[in-house]
Amino acid sequence: MGKIGLIIKREIMAKLRSKAFVVMTFLGPLLFAGFIMIMFYATKADKTEQNILVVDETQFFKDKLSGNDYISFTYSSKKLEDALTDLYKSDKSSILYIPNNLIDGAGGATKIFYKKTPGFAVQTYVKSQIEKIVYEYKLKANNIDPDIIHNAKQSVKLIMEKVNENGERAESLSDVASISGFLSGAFMFIFILIYGMMVFRSVMEEKTNRIVEIIISSVKPTQLMLGKILGIAILGILQFVTMSLLTIGLTTILSMTVLKDVQKDFTKFQKQQEQVFKNGATADLDNMDKMQDKLEAFDAIEKVRRLNFLEIGICFLFYFIGGYLFYSSLLAAIGSAVDTEADSQQFMMPIMLPLMAGYLIAVNMMMNPEGNLAIWGSMIPFTSPIVMMARIPNGVPLWQILASLGILYASFFGTVWLAGKIYRTGILMYGKKTSWREISKWIFYK
Amino acid sequence: MEPILEIRNVTKRYSNHTAVSDVSITVPKQSIYGLLGPNGAGKTSLIRIINQITAPDSGEILFNGERLNPKHVDFIGYLPEERGLYKKMPVGEQALYLAQLKGLKKAEAKKRLKYWFEKFEMQTWWSKKVDELSKGMQQKVQFIVTILHEPTLLILDEPFSGFDPINAQLIRNEILELRKKGSTVIFSTHNMSSVEELCDHIALMNKSQKILDGSVKDIRKSHKNSIFRISFKGNLVGFTNAMWTSAELLDKGKEDDDVNWAVIKIAQDVKSSSLLQELLPIVEIVSFNEVIPSMNDIFISNVNKENNVVGTASALTE
Repeated sequence: MGKIGLIIKREIMAKLRSKAFVVMTFLGPLLFAGFIMIMFYATKADKTEQNILVVDETQFFKDKLSGNDYISFTYSSKKLEDALTDLYKSDKSSILYIPNNLIDGAGGATKIFYKKTPGFAVQTYVKSQIEKIVYEYKLKANNIDPDIIHNAKQSVKLIMEKVNENGERAESLSDVASISGFLSGAFMFIFILIYGMMVFRSVMEEKTNRIVEIIISSVKPTQLMLGKILGIAILGILQFVTMSLLTIGLTTILSMTVLKDVQKDFTKFQKQQEQVFKNGATADLDNMDKMQDKLEAFDAIEKVRRLNFLEIGICFLFYFIGGYLFYSSLLAAIGSAVDTEADSQQFMMPIMLPLMAGYLIAVNMMMNPEGNLAIWGSMIPFTSPIVMMARIPNGVPLWQILASLGILYASFFGTVWLAGKIYRTGILMYGKKTSWREISKWIFYK
Repeated sequence: MEPILEIRNVTKRYSNHTAVSDVSITVPKQSIYGLLGPNGAGKTSLIRIINQITAPDSGEILFNGERLNPKHVDFIGYLPEERGLYKKMPVGEQALYLAQLKGLKKAEAKKRLKYWFEKFEMQTWWSKKVDELSKGMQQKVQFIVTILHEPTLLILDEPFSGFDPINAQLIRNEILELRKKGSTVIFSTHNMSSVEELCDHIALMNKSQKILDGSVKDIRKSHKNSIFRISFKGNLVGFTNAMWTSAELLDKGKEDDDVNWAVIKIAQDVKSSSLLQELLPIVEIVSFNEVIPSMNDIFISNVNKENNVVGTASALTE
C-alpha cells in the first residue's frame, strides 16, 4: 500500500471510530422513515368513526346526506337544546345543526357541536355535502337539470411536451421534475458542504495538535492533502450508499406493511387509468370520483416513478465527486492557513458564496427551469454541481453534461494544484495573522 | 570516512526575510552534532530543508554522498520542536501508522514497538487513546516513533524541552546508544549543558548565517583565554601584589574559612609556570587550573560579537 493509501486508511478509520458519524448514518434513514410514518398516521388519524346526529330545522336534508366509510348520518327530530343535553348519553360523536334560514333566508351558518374535535377532513366533507345538496336543489328549483351541469364540467388534463431540435416530442414531467430537480440540487449542496467541512476540520486538527510536521517529514504535503481528501470522499460515498440502501429498504418494508392500503389504492388507480385510455368516456366514471382527493397525489407519484432515476443517480455521483474535490481542496487550503476556526471566517466567505449562489439558482429554477441563469450556472465549476443536478430531471442534452463535467474536473485539477501550494506552507505557519496577500505569496514558495 | 551530511552553500529566502544565508556544514558519520543558535537564527529552517519539508533556493545537500532526494526520507528520523499526536487515535495503532509512513513494514514495526514499549515500561498504553496519557508519556511515545525505523540520521529539534529530568536522562542515554549502533544524531538546542555532555561537533548560527563550527574540543581550546583559577591559603593582598604585571585579577572570593580563590588572566607573554613560581613563596597553593570557557560562554560571546553587544560573560572578557 503506497503512502497515500496509508493516509486514506487512517482518515477513514478516524471517522469510523467516531460514534457520532456511525450513529448519523443509521439515524438518517430511520428519521426519514419515521417522518413518512408520521405523515401517514396524520392523514389516517382522521378516520375515527364519526356518528353525526343531524338536527335539521329545515326538514329538507332528511336522508339526503350520504355518509362514507367512516362518517354516518342519523336524523333526529329533537330540538337542538334537547339533543345537546342528550349528546353525552348517546353514542353519537357530534351534532350537525342546520338552521331553518339556511336555504331561503339570509343563509345562516350550520354548526357542528362536537365531543372531540373532528378532523379537517370531516369538516370539509360535511360542508361539501351540504353545499352539493343546496346547489342541486337551487338548480332544480330553477328548472335546471343538475346532471347537465355535471356533465358540462370537464376537468381538462394539461400535458407538457418538450420538443427537441429534430422535431421529436417527449412528454415532460414539469412540476414534479422541478421539485425533484431542486431537491437533488439541495442534496448536492448539503453533501458538498458536509464532506468539504470534514476535510477542513481534519486539516485544522493536524495543525492544532502539531502532528503535521512529523507527518510531512515522511510524506510530501500534497500526498497528505490528497490522502485526506480521497479518504473523506470514500467515506462520503460509503455513507451515502449505506443511507440510500437503508432508506430504500425501510420504505420498501413500510410500503409492504403499514402503507399497504395506499399501495392498494394506487394500483387500483393505475388500473383505472388504463381503462380510461382503452375505453374512453364509457369507463366507469362513478368509481373515479371517489378518488378525486387522491387523484393529484397519485398523479404525482406516477410522475415521480417516471423520472430518469438512473440518469439522476449517475450524474449525482459524478457531480458529487467533481464538486467535492473542487471545494474540499479549497477548504483544505484555508484550513492550513489559519490557526483557529474563528480566524477562518474571513477566508470562508469567498468559498461559501459561490456554493450558496448555486443553491439560490436552484431555488430560482423552480420558477424558471431553463433560463440563462440556469444554463450558465450549470457550466461554471463553482455552481455547476448544484445547478446541473437541478436541471437534469427536466432533461439536459448529453453534450452539455459532458462539457460541464469536463470543465469541473479540469478546474478541480487546478484547485488541487493551487491548494497544494498553499497547504504545504500554511501547515507550518503558526501564530501569524494571515491575509489574502500573504497566502498568495505562498503560491510561489519552493 | 564520508560525512553523513554535507550542506553546501544553502540559502533559503522568504518574502520578507532570509532564513538561511549561504550556510555550509559537514556532519561526520556517527557523531553527535549540535546545531546551536539564538531564536530566529535559522536552525529550524535549515532542519526543515534537510528533512525535505521545504526546498532551498540555492545550494545543495548531500546525504551519504548522494544528492538529497525523496528516497532518503526513510533513513532520516525527525522530532520537530512543535510535536504532537492524533488525540483520539490509540497509541499502538498510531505508532504503527507513523512507522509505516517511514517505510517500515507493518509486521516489523509491530515487533520493534513491542520491544520499545517494554524497554520504556509502556505496555499498558498500547490501546489507550493519546489524550488519555500524560504529557511525559506522550513525549516518550513521540521519541519512540522517531527512532523506530532505526534511522541513519536522527534530527532532534529541542529534544529536551518539556521533558522532566528523568525522561531527559532517558533520552540522553538513548542518543548515546543510537550513536553506538551506528546512527548520527543532529540536535538543535538551547540547553548548553547537554551540548557539553553529548556533542562532539557543533555549528553555531546567528541571523541566518553560520558563525562557528568544528569539534567541541577544538572550539573550546581555541577560545582559551589564558584564564586560570587559583585557590590558596594566605593573604589576598600579598597574592595580588605578587602577580603584579604578570596577570590581571578578574574575580575573587572565599572558598572556605582559610581558603581564598581568585580568577586571573595571565598576560600574553607570560607562562603559567612562571607565574606559579612567583606565587609559591607567597601563598600556599591549594589548586591551580585553567578555565576553559563553557559552551554557554562561547555561545554568548560569539553571538554578542556578531551583534556588537557590549558586556560579555565572565570568562571571556576581551
